[in-house]
Amino acid sequence: MSKITKAFENRKAFIAFITGGDPDLETTEKLVYAMAEAGADLIEIGIPFSDPVAEGIVIQEADERALQGGCTTDKLFDMVARIRPKTDVPLLFMTYLNPVYTYGKEKFLRRCTECGIEGIIVPDMPFEEKDELAELCELYGVDLISMITPTSEKRIALIAEEAKGFIYCVSSLGVTGVRSEITTDIGRMVRKVREVTSIPCAIGFGIATLDQAGRMAKVADGVIVGSAIVKLVAKFGKDSIEPVSEYVRSMKKGLEDTFK
Amino acid sequence: MKKGRFGSYGGQYIPETLMSAVLELEEAYEFYKNDPDFQNELAGLLKDYAGRPSLFYYAEKMTKALGGAKIYLKREDLNHTGSHKINNVLGQVLLAKRMAKTRVIAETGAGQHGVATATAAALMDMECEIYMGKEDTERQALNVFRMELLGAKVHPVTSGTMTLKDAVNETMREWTARMHDTHYVLGSVMGPHPFPTIVRDFQKVIGKEIKEQLMEAEGKLPDVVIACVGGGSNAIGCFYEFIQDLSVKLIGCEAAGLGVDNPKNAATIANGTVGVFHGMKSYFCQDEYGQIAPVYSISAGLDYPGIGPEHAQLSDANRAQYVPITDEEAVSAFEYLSRTEGIIPAIESAHAVAYAREMAPKMNKDQIIVINISGRGDKDVAAIARYKGVALYE
Repeated sequence: MSKITKAFENRKAFIAFITGGDPDLETTEKLVYAMAEAGADLIEIGIPFSDPVAEGIVIQEADERALQGGCTTDKLFDMVARIRPKTDVPLLFMTYLNPVYTYGKEKFLRRCTECGIEGIIVPDMPFEEKDELAELCELYGVDLISMITPTSEKRIALIAEEAKGFIYCVSSLGVTGVRSEITTDIGRMVRKVREVTSIPCAIGFGIATLDQAGRMAKVADGVIVGSAIVKLVAKFGKDSIEPVSEYVRSMKKGLEDTFK
Repeated sequence: MKKGRFGSYGGQYIPETLMSAVLELEEAYEFYKNDPDFQNELAGLLKDYAGRPSLFYYAEKMTKALGGAKIYLKREDLNHTGSHKINNVLGQVLLAKRMAKTRVIAETGAGQHGVATATAAALMDMECEIYMGKEDTERQALNVFRMELLGAKVHPVTSGTMTLKDAVNETMREWTARMHDTHYVLGSVMGPHPFPTIVRDFQKVIGKEIKEQLMEAEGKLPDVVIACVGGGSNAIGCFYEFIQDLSVKLIGCEAAGLGVDNPKNAATIANGTVGVFHGMKSYFCQDEYGQIAPVYSISAGLDYPGIGPEHAQLSDANRAQYVPITDEEAVSAFEYLSRTEGIIPAIESAHAVAYAREMAPKMNKDQIIVINISGRGDKDVAAIARYKGVALYE
């Protein structure tokens, strides 16, 4: 069992997302320690991209801030290498395919393993194109996370059968970002996954409040929160360690209390 | 080979959410492209509504002035709505209608594709929303009003460089949120499969007509076909019919802005590297980390950091050549064609005219160049005036 899958054992996993280098790498590093300390079971670090087509405005702006601050893929790898000896929390990169492709696919995955990245999520690489990276991920022991969305329907079994680490279940149509209401029948999505695999399912897109997280975790194995955290980073910048830490702690504690 | 590939280019690099929409589109297109009812209705629209076949004009004055090859102009500027964009749009909106969609969305750069989409939507009773970079809404203000007049809602896009690529980003985001009743009318031979194939099929009528019209006029094939290239829809429309005719030289003119060595350009084949963006593998202007470059051209329609995957393949195979044309050369050609032939071309098409001016004098008098005048220049008059230092505002 991979380190990522293990993070779901005997608990409802809380997965936190931040954009790497927003507002700077020093803050990102501190945030990783603080979120791990506050109970995040997995941490996703977004590699900022000039044109993040799957993101809503909150993460788009975070990517812009990070790129303006001079963040690069190399600098993020170096940061992960610094972080790795200090915390055990599984780390994932969320990145569009172009930064990986341009960096050199093999070099990218080799550096993932060297620096301590356990998984990658590539939102613009659907099942049909996953052989761009699947073999290399296997070779370097990096989990390639698959996504399932409300429109996947007949494709769920296809995708789930080959999934690694966990399955990223997208809660609703559209891009990332906080939503007041999630109307998709997530339970049904997860049940369809369950028909073919026992791999954990985490729900993401639009989750911000403990109430939402609780309802999602009831039917799945974990929740992913991105924009709600990135909003705090946008608001407090370098001083966001405290508020983000507090937020993660309260979400994690809430989940633990709910599913005792 | 995997489907939707042009050599190693193309593909379907899009979020999982959109996969069902492109699969549905592919299935519908595979059916309707062989459906006589659909093809008859489209042929009728192209003839009676868009004005096809478009004229094929021997530019005698230009030919004499340049003193070399004989120059013919394919007059896509005379189509309804003033450019080649209507060919693709009528096809796609009709297809969307057959798919029981009630709403169309589209990106636009110069506004030609947006105007064409708004037009077809008005004709076929579809709701229509257009995404246009804020910078482009300013340099093409007249087209914004034109789209609104046709009943479309225009959304100025304020993210990124506020130009065509950002308009594509925003339209893709909107499609991800709402696809059950909405078709994305992609305007060029780009994006995920099946768009590069669908758009090419709806545009290949241009080359087909060129072949017939030139056969009638001269009884032979052209020596050179020249078209401007942004994403590359008018160019592939001209080239496709001639790909197997190896004696015909195919030339695509890219926007070099202030020059290929200046960062302010949009010459993708000249300066780009292979990458994956906007749903396709192709050449893109980007940095060493794969961040898409903020490109520039005086022409909003060519101001795009990528090129369609079939062009990438044609370029690698040396079947087509892609040459950079600067703003200055394009503006000069814009004025030249206006004065020499009384035809004001779109600033995009002027890039093709510019290269013909360079090439024709070096060729023999029995050789033939066909230039595709992909659109008319009325929309550009104010911008060219400002470029020349005249304070003209629409």
